Amino acid sequence: MSANLIPILWQATLQTLYMVAMSTLIGTLIGGPLGVFLATSRRGELLSAPWLNTTLGLVVNAARSTPFIILVVAIIPFTRLIAGTSIGTTAAIVPLTIAAAPFIARLIETAIREVDAGLIEAARAMGATPGQIVRKVLIPEAMPGIILGLTLAVVSLIGYSAMVGAVGGEGLGDLGIRYGYQRFMPEVMLAVVVILIVLVQLVQSAGEWIAARFDKRAPRNRGR
Amino acid sequence: MTGPAISFQGVTRRYPQKGDSDVVALHDIWLDVPQGAITGIIGRSGAGKSTLLRMVNGLERPSAGKVIVNERDVGAASDASLRRIRREVGMIFQHFNLLASRTVAENIALPLEIAGEDRARIAPRIAELIERVGLTAQAGRYPAELSGGQKQRVGIARALATGPRVLLSDEATSALDPDTTRQVLELLQRINRELGLTILLITHEMAVVRDICSHVAVIEGGRIVETGETYEVFSKPAHPTTRSFLTGVTGVAVPQFVAGQMQDTPQGPEAQAVTQITFIGSHATDPMLARLTAERGISINILAGAIEEIGTKPFGSLIVALPAARLEESRRFLEEHGLLTEVLGYVG
Repeated sequence: MSANLIPILWQATLQTLYMVAMSTLIGTLIGGPLGVFLATSRRGELLSAPWLNTTLGLVVNAARSTPFIILVVAIIPFTRLIAGTSIGTTAAIVPLTIAAAPFIARLIETAIREVDAGLIEAARAMGATPGQIVRKVLIPEAMPGIILGLTLAVVSLIGYSAMVGAVGGEGLGDLGIRYGYQRFMPEVMLAVVVILIVLVQLVQSAGEWIAARFDKRAPRNRGR
Repeated sequence: MTGPAISFQGVTRRYPQKGDSDVVALHDIWLDVPQGAITGIIGRSGAGKSTLLRMVNGLERPSAGKVIVNERDVGAASDASLRRIRREVGMIFQHFNLLASRTVAENIALPLEIAGEDRARIAPRIAELIERVGLTAQAGRYPAELSGGQKQRVGIARALATGPRVLLSDEATSALDPDTTRQVLELLQRINRELGLTILLITHEMAVVRDICSHVAVIEGGRIVETGETYEVFSKPAHPTTRSFLTGVTGVAVPQFVAGQMQDTPQGPEAQAVTQITFIGSHATDPMLARLTAERGISINILAGAIEEIGTKPFGSLIVALPAARLEESRRFLEEHGLLTEVLGYVG
């Protein structure tokens, strides 16, 4: 591999990290509250709103069942509205976020549903408002599960980000296709794959480490 | 205040079923829970005791009737006033319901944070509560690092944090071993005494009632079938459910080899009457059986027996075999001296 490819790989890695970080961040800002609401709004639950729960559930399912590459193309007008352009790395953040938000919502919903109903009852018996129960009980208790869910979301987004080359979003996936496939440079393809493997490993390990820091459910190892 | 701490007035709870008749969990409950006492509600699972307990802090609402707590109608309270009432009513749970993500001290702080207490006021209050339940060394630990008994102590400290006047206990010792159960019950008794706290507990174990409750209500199929001072109910149980709960708790049961051959009527002149004798209060220490033998020449065969304390009063139960021919004379003698007798059956 010639030395002048190194800056190109570095550039592409930074673009991938930028797209994944931004879409995770915005996706969590949208998907987080949505997940909390989905987890607590069925009939008879804390924020009981069965109709809204069903409706939002349908929207989330619809978004999640659309193949990502079709989503990317289908929302080009919307992307242009938000980002001012439908081409480029920043524009690619729009479809990535729209794919991430419902996914993150479901992951957070699942984590929150895992919290023992007895804790909600105890908090209600203390005179807690629904908002206090969410802030002081549900989210802190679900934190290890939420962190692992976000880790899964980041790993998936690294994969998705490779597909946004189709609309001119750059990054590692796009580099692999353009140089590795279209210009017959298999060493670039290999380098891209290796970088992606390393990224995913780092994200997964970091996520597990942070989740373990939050997890007080098992007695801590008090070894050496 | 002189009235009862908690008053159930004709409380009924129905659960509507789709296309079916309603399930009635509680049926016209009338019960006064006295101030500053420990009252036990005993019943089997599904009897409705859990629903009844949850009426006190509005986790369940009555379909009909009133629940009055500290002179306020809980069933009719708005959400906001219900939250205020809940801060005056602590609750502990069978499975403790502690937050795994918070340390002991942070768990105890939770109700104070919820009540909007100043951070500066919370710290000294927690230190005081932790000391009261004897967990000072564990303050920084997480629930997963504690034993069951320690977890329940945290639960008790948490329930006391907002300075409630009433403590509700939902099977608080049912998940604990006998030793730990005794320690937790002693702690409840101590806070009842020291803080003048009214405690209402539900249990399926008569031993819990015997050990700490001054008053008891027996619930069966959503109805209160017997109620009164523990001591009275133990000495003269009127309802079959109460009797079945008492078996094993008063430490006496007819031994198997006798029970196997027991009959409803005496057979022949040598027949023996199997009789349960209950000793109350000061009589528990009197040698009445020895006097029966000495003064009347009636020989008595003791089959089983125990003496224990119920609400600090001695309470004894004996199962004896008496000659059936002299049964009436013996019963009259014993009852004249304040003992209770009951014929369980006859053996040849």
